[in-house]
Amino acid sequence: MRVPLSWLREYVDLPAGETGRDVAARLVRAGLEVETVEQIGADLKGPLVVGQVLSIEELSGFKKPIRHCFVNVGDANGTGEPQEIVCGATNFAVGDKVVVVLPGAVLPGPFPIAARQTYGHTSAGMICSARELGMGDDHNGIIVLESHHEPGTDAIELLELTDEVLDIAVTPDRGYCLSMRGVAREAAAAYGLPLADPALLDVPPANSYGHLVKVADPAGCDRFVARTVTGIDPNAQSPIWLQRRLQKSGVRPISLTVDITNYVMLEVGQPLHAYDRGRVDGAILVRRAEEGESLTTLDGVQRKLSAEDLLICDNSGPIGLAGVMGGASTEILDPAAGPGTTEVIIEAAHFDPVSVARTAKRHKLPSEASKRFERGVDPEAARAAAQRAVDLLVLIAGGTAEAGVTDIAAPHPLRTIAIAADLPDRVAGTEYGRETVTRRLQEVGCTVVGTDVLEVTPPSWRPDLTDPYDLAEEVIRLEGYDNVPARMPTVPPGRGLTEAQRFHRRTGVALAGAGYVEVNNYPFVGEPALDALGLDKDDRRRRTVTLVNPLNDEEPGLRTTLLPGLLGALRRNVGRGNTDLAIFEMGTVFLPKDELKVAPRLPVDRRPTDDELAALDAALPDQPRRVAVALAGERLPSGWWGKGAGASWADAVEAARTVAGAAGVELTVRQGQLAPWHPGRCAELLVGDRIVGHAGELHPRVIKALNLPERTSVMELDLDLLIADGPQRVSGPAVSSYPVATQDVALIVDAKVPAVEVEAALREGAGELLESIRLFDVFTGEQAGEGKKSLAYSLRFRAADRTLTADEASAARETAVAAASARTGAVLRGA
Amino acid sequence: MSAPNKSYDPVEVEALKPEVVEQARDAAFAAFAGAGSLEELKQAKVAHTGDRSPLALANREIGALPPHAKAAAGKLIGQARGAVNQALAKRQAELEAERDARVLVEEAVDVTLPYGRTPRGARHPLTTLAERIEDTFVAMGYEVAEGPEAEAEWLNFDALNLGPDHPARSMQDTFFVQAPDGSADSGVVLRTQTSPVQARTLLDREPPVYVVCPGRVYRTDELDATHTPVFRQVEGLAVDEGITFADLKGTIEQLVSKLIGDGLELRWRPSYFPFTEPSAEIDLQCFVCRGESVGNPDRPCRTCSSEGWIELGGCGVVNPRVLVACGVDPNRYSGFAFGLGLERILMNRHNVADMRDMVEGDVRFTLPFGMEI
Repeated sequence: MRVPLSWLREYVDLPAGETGRDVAARLVRAGLEVETVEQIGADLKGPLVVGQVLSIEELSGFKKPIRHCFVNVGDANGTGEPQEIVCGATNFAVGDKVVVVLPGAVLPGPFPIAARQTYGHTSAGMICSARELGMGDDHNGIIVLESHHEPGTDAIELLELTDEVLDIAVTPDRGYCLSMRGVAREAAAAYGLPLADPALLDVPPANSYGHLVKVADPAGCDRFVARTVTGIDPNAQSPIWLQRRLQKSGVRPISLTVDITNYVMLEVGQPLHAYDRGRVDGAILVRRAEEGESLTTLDGVQRKLSAEDLLICDNSGPIGLAGVMGGASTEILDPAAGPGTTEVIIEAAHFDPVSVARTAKRHKLPSEASKRFERGVDPEAARAAAQRAVDLLVLIAGGTAEAGVTDIAAPHPLRTIAIAADLPDRVAGTEYGRETVTRRLQEVGCTVVGTDVLEVTPPSWRPDLTDPYDLAEEVIRLEGYDNVPARMPTVPPGRGLTEAQRFHRRTGVALAGAGYVEVNNYPFVGEPALDALGLDKDDRRRRTVTLVNPLNDEEPGLRTTLLPGLLGALRRNVGRGNTDLAIFEMGTVFLPKDELKVAPRLPVDRRPTDDELAALDAALPDQPRRVAVALAGERLPSGWWGKGAGASWADAVEAARTVAGAAGVELTVRQGQLAPWHPGRCAELLVGDRIVGHAGELHPRVIKALNLPERTSVMELDLDLLIADGPQRVSGPAVSSYPVATQDVALIVDAKVPAVEVEAALREGAGELLESIRLFDVFTGEQAGEGKKSLAYSLRFRAADRTLTADEASAARETAVAAASARTGAVLRGA
Repeated sequence: MSAPNKSYDPVEVEALKPEVVEQARDAAFAAFAGAGSLEELKQAKVAHTGDRSPLALANREIGALPPHAKAAAGKLIGQARGAVNQALAKRQAELEAERDARVLVEEAVDVTLPYGRTPRGARHPLTTLAERIEDTFVAMGYEVAEGPEAEAEWLNFDALNLGPDHPARSMQDTFFVQAPDGSADSGVVLRTQTSPVQARTLLDREPPVYVVCPGRVYRTDELDATHTPVFRQVEGLAVDEGITFADLKGTIEQLVSKLIGDGLELRWRPSYFPFTEPSAEIDLQCFVCRGESVGNPDRPCRTCSSEGWIELGGCGVVNPRVLVACGVDPNRYSGFAFGLGLERILMNRHNVADMRDMVEGDVRFTLPFGMEI
């Protein structure tokens, strides 16, 4: 809602020096979101005056028509002599009153004006168009004023060119503030000044000879006022003040009748509609649509109607979508295109907010009218609004008001709310006292009676006030949030972060500590991304949760794996020249349940039962939390210190171990096979028997399809599964201070035997004297033998209670090797 | 070696003459002092303290002396040898110190060489910002609650007093999950706010409840410099006996002081949210211009667009209808709730000009934030 300050002052006698910013600050504190205060004409500087055209000489020989004029500007030029001006517009004649800007003035832009030579003449100023003056986009020629203005009159004041406009974002509970009347009421309360209510008008009572209206759906339309005005001059123009107020409010002037209905809507908040009476066929009927009906609305669009749409009809059928938009067939006619409209029916009605909202949504037709009805219009303002429109049509358009007044009103019971007088105190945590509470409620228009319990009747324009808390809010906001004290609640001791939350933090810290950079990707995926990963047709990860209204039609699904987003981020980085990359992401994936269900709409007037709540959760996809890493380029950079190392499958597996380490969980690694990994370089990650993820190098086809760096390696791990067994408490080891005995063994095994099995056998065979084991060399080739590999281990033995003898250490080593031989076929190298 | 000889006159032994001993001692002193290196000193040591050195040879003569003469000769030689050994040790220490100094100089390196061998990582600043806020509340006794991102419509809207036709419901541009029949009536949406976690928490346990709920939320905005369809909120909820708007104010003031610092004014603007009543928007005085850019075209402020205020988030006293839908007795309990947009706080707290940088995952953006902010 755009509120020109000059207009606002008509209803509230604001202090003279008060600027737009001052008023905005007061309104903001009262709860109106003033987004901007626009300074209109701030950079405009006169002299800008009314001129009368004395002579016109048409100049020829130029590409476009040019006029050399002399204009009487009174004494505004200091000499009283006619002003010589060259003009490119042609929509004026000798004797017309125009707007002249004189040298020394500055027009919005800013464009300083000076006398200059042009088209062979001196042009000492300019005859102005609306656009040049910042009055709108109309550039169809210069402004021709009504003839009664005196030459030399200041046009800045005449055209109301300087003003301040408050742009207010009205929240949905404050429909009444979509009007000058509503904003003025707030301003009056904020300044403690009286309000001149524009809806307080003398209105003749309803009678039986107004235009016949029948309301077939009183639930959808509980008020319908119709008034008729005849004898309108179709060529009458909206006066400057009316045009200016509309323009400043962001409404384009169209024709006098339409401008008046818009003006009254802005002023009172009641949407009006004007029908060309000559085109309305018989009585007006308000009813729901029938299936198959259609209506061409004012915007020229033919709309198929739904049975829920509330319509305004005449004998011909639908002539308007109630509260949303009128129909084309009864539109006010433009006199420029034939005989203009001379007789109108003004509709001021009240429609059900929900019905209007649904119709506007269904037809994607949010209009100024629907916006107001949805948020609640004052049903008691309909008569005054219609009267105001009639008055203006009579006053400005030369019309005659017919005596008939149609007013159909469904009974509107008054709502009374009982509120404990100290409720605002209890909600705010301060003491206002009953007198303040009563006064504030009266300021918003309520009737208040009672002492300890107040019986409050909200005003008709506040349908949002329905319970005691609504009233408490009014008191608290008007008293000012700044005046509520600040204090801290006494919070009982909490349990701190949960184990899982601490683990998630540790995971991030551990990976960042290991050189990974965290990224957060959108969870949207499409088929192509899953194809690029080389997933089989029946791969479960292809079964995605689908959005009805995705941002991008190519990506309608929600991720079932973190990899597409992560690899996208990797590629984006590579594209920007970041070549050595280690990135990670933690986030949820969305896995549809086996049986898809619809989440029920539960009641809100009580707690749903546990079964009802379980039905909600049953409709949600599973959303486990995952972590994934991706690596490319050099993992360890080379430099003056020596050679680096490229990122590889082993780094990806190590990242999983890092995460498992943060979880305090022992991770088992075994050879796996899963898209999108390289079939020979894929590790399956397990906790006990439970597969928790995979790591390794990407399949070369995937790397090619996604245009990734060679040997890009990734890991993805389910964090929920990783810690599913809960935390494990570590028992502190007894540290022996006896000397260590180190023994090395080199074993030849079949190349297919996993190292992890050899190590496990060595550990078991070595027994409890073994302190640690480290694989320090692996090689294949001639020395190891065809199809074999050599694994060299360093075993460290130590006893808790004595120094081991060389014989004891050797014996332990031999049993270790024996176990490895027995379980993996290992042979001592050189044996 | 000579045999003991009773008729031997010690005075007659050339090597034990005091002036000869003195000479030998001084020769050693000179040799040590003249040794320019540890190697030369070693040679001098052999020459002057070794078995064949004059003093060693003289020492041997003592054995052949008559008993009465032995003591004096022994003393003479002993003192001379002691002095020589002392001089040797002193010179040895001097030369070693010289050598050490030289070697350490030779071993000097340029310690300013860059060493990028261990790659550095970083956590996303939105993650660590959320943790910082969580920690502030955990320190007050709050707990951290989480909930699903694909959420039941009932929890995202209805339970929060946003009925099916509520105007605020269409204001929030919601992603709808497709139903099994292909329609939008699955009853499941991508949550548009973290508030459903509040509802879940209230449904889950008895008051008193003090929780903060961080998480990702979704709205159908296109990505640009100031909007992203996927963003983060931290929501707070306190439900207990006697909770008031004043408690909310105190709590938010505490948070701002911990998160941004003291001395900045807060502005409490009445606003509207269906799930709170009264509702407020909280504005923080711009910490860059402190309001001095307002109406002052000579001093524009990029941080607050010369508005003087930065929007921090929304809050209010929990609407009793929400309590009822979540099974909490509104006659006994009351509560407050607030929601903060993390992207905006990050932009303001760390001068991030473009929201896209938080989204695109460019490591150059994230690295400087390190492990904590």
